Amino acid sequence: MRKEARERIAHTRKLAIEYMNPLTEIILIAVVTAIACALPGVFLVLRRMAMVSDAITHTVLLGIVLAFFVVRDITSPVLAIAAAAAGVATVALIELLHRTERIREDAAIGLVFPFLFSIAVILIARYAGNVHLDVDAVLLGELAFAPLDRYTLGDVDLGPRALWLMSGILLMSLLLLLLFYKELKLATFDAALAAALGFAPAALHYGLMSVVSLTAVGAFNAVGSVLVVALMVAPPAAAYLLTDRLSHMLVLSAAFGALAAILGCLAAFALDASLAGAMAVVTGLIFGAAWVFAPERGLLAQALRYARQRQEFAQAMLLVHLLHHEATPQEAVECDPSHLNEHLRWDAAFTAQILRRAEQRGLLVRQKDLITLTESGRRLAAQTLGGEG
Amino acid sequence: MLTDLFADYTLRTVALGSALLGIVSGVIGAFAVLRRQSLLGDAMSHAALPGIVLAFIVTGSREPVALMIGAAFACWIGAMFVASIVRTTRLKSDSVLGLILATFFGVGLVLLTWVQQWPTAAQAGLDRYLFGQAATLLERDVIAMAAVGLPALLILALFWKECAILAFDPDFASSIGLPVRLLDALLTSLLVVAIIIGLQTVGVVLMSAMLVAPAAAARQWTDRLGVMVALSGIFGAAAGVVGALLSSTAERLPTGPMIVVCISILAFVSLLLAPRRGVVWAWLRNGRLVATR
Repeated sequence: MRKEARERIAHTRKLAIEYMNPLTEIILIAVVTAIACALPGVFLVLRRMAMVSDAITHTVLLGIVLAFFVVRDITSPVLAIAAAAAGVATVALIELLHRTERIREDAAIGLVFPFLFSIAVILIARYAGNVHLDVDAVLLGELAFAPLDRYTLGDVDLGPRALWLMSGILLMSLLLLLLFYKELKLATFDAALAAALGFAPAALHYGLMSVVSLTAVGAFNAVGSVLVVALMVAPPAAAYLLTDRLSHMLVLSAAFGALAAILGCLAAFALDASLAGAMAVVTGLIFGAAWVFAPERGLLAQALRYARQRQEFAQAMLLVHLLHHEATPQEAVECDPSHLNEHLRWDAAFTAQILRRAEQRGLLVRQKDLITLTESGRRLAAQTLGGEG
Repeated sequence: MLTDLFADYTLRTVALGSALLGIVSGVIGAFAVLRRQSLLGDAMSHAALPGIVLAFIVTGSREPVALMIGAAFACWIGAMFVASIVRTTRLKSDSVLGLILATFFGVGLVLLTWVQQWPTAAQAGLDRYLFGQAATLLERDVIAMAAVGLPALLILALFWKECAILAFDPDFASSIGLPVRLLDALLTSLLVVAIIIGLQTVGVVLMSAMLVAPAAAARQWTDRLGVMVALSGIFGAAAGVVGALLSSTAERLPTGPMIVVCISILAFVSLLLAPRRGVVWAWLRNGRLVATR
């Protein structure tokens, strides 16, 4: 029996190598998984439910364990259904606790999922220790072995099971997204209006949660529960910093997810390290890049905008100061370039910089010991003061 | 079972360590829950993983104190990332928590799998920090836990009034001139302490329950902060000891998850049955289980 199994594995492996390089297959599975996670992830991020995905990815384990005790078959599709049901039940339980108004929603999440996850871990450790149900595998994923588990039809190799599973889930997500795009959009951005128009936000909510649960179940077989959180949250979060349009955000998230999958796999192959971990790291790096370099909202853009505003404000101050003292007895003192920094309480270097820029723009003329406004400088100062200039 | 507690040296150590963890995480977690940071602990404890592995890479030993310091650094960096991303982007805190949790944990996994290829055997057992292994607690581990945990509680007692104001009304705290950012950093540091104490016992994955559940339970019994914090510590300690004892009664009962189940049941019972706030009493009065909106 064991020999037969070994031969079978050897056979499918040979087929695999004939048809496709296993590394390519791993990358393909990773890309499909990443896109399948990114799409519902967009709505989790927009609806402030990102941590619910963390809860779901943990509690689906309980569904799998309980279903396993009933059907006693680790490959049964009942397990996946039970897992998805456990995910939805988790959301319902969190909501129920929250609605008792005894604890806040974040506390409800933090209370429910460690509890259910602990029960699952205890059950596995106690009763399922010798079957193929391994907590580490659930947390960390076994993407590297995914190409070994294949669908075959007679002698024909149809490819890795995980690829079929994730492609199916991705197609379902896409189909639901296209069918309910308008409803999802409205319920996400204006839940009250959606309810008023009779869009049943509760049904949409649980529909979305079912998709998230199903995706989590499919994905964590391959990549582990923590990576599911990374793939669901990080690419949409990065995309959210780059665009204001939902459709663009969906496309960008999928692209970021796919990119992270490819780069993460390559890095993991090179380092011979955890595939799931490397992919999670790359999603984080992509987010980091978006955080720093996003054209309008990035840290760099924010810093540049701040510096520009500071300069413009200082220039306006300077012009108003000059206008105020123009043709007054104090002009010789107040508009003396060497004492200007004292009057405006700026440091010398900053004063010199602002003066130079204003001069370059033709707003003032610098003489040896007096600064005078030009006509356009005077107009700008008056404008700053609220006159019509 | 109780006689075991006094007779069995290992069991006594484990129970003492779990009780210590329960007190510290219960007390500090109470503030986290009141400040709506229930899930910050989850993100920070996951973020500890790369710190643990890096500390091992740098020092080459599994000395708990070194690993605790590494974990503390990583927790702090994770918390700082959360705070600065929330401040500088339009992302909501839940997205940022998920992001930091998953990416830091990813870094930890990459490092862990990388270290595991090393020929030295010393790295074996690093992965027990995922779920914790209370059974491996030694006396010196418990001493290390006490050495960081008890000063943390003392500091909290010293700044009790300030922390209380910050927990209930941060705007008021800043308007009367309290150094809010400093106090915020202090409470975050205390959270770090609670997390690194729990790493060896319950592990990074389940640590958040030790911060949230005792506080959620204690909150149902009282409206007074002092009473709530004390109760939270007591609940945490009780769950720690009971969980550790239960897991010693049978083979293959992991301690961390047992402790989490105990404290969670305590929280659910409190939610249902606590005098005045219990859901069951409200249901008996109104015939409705939850408030309708």
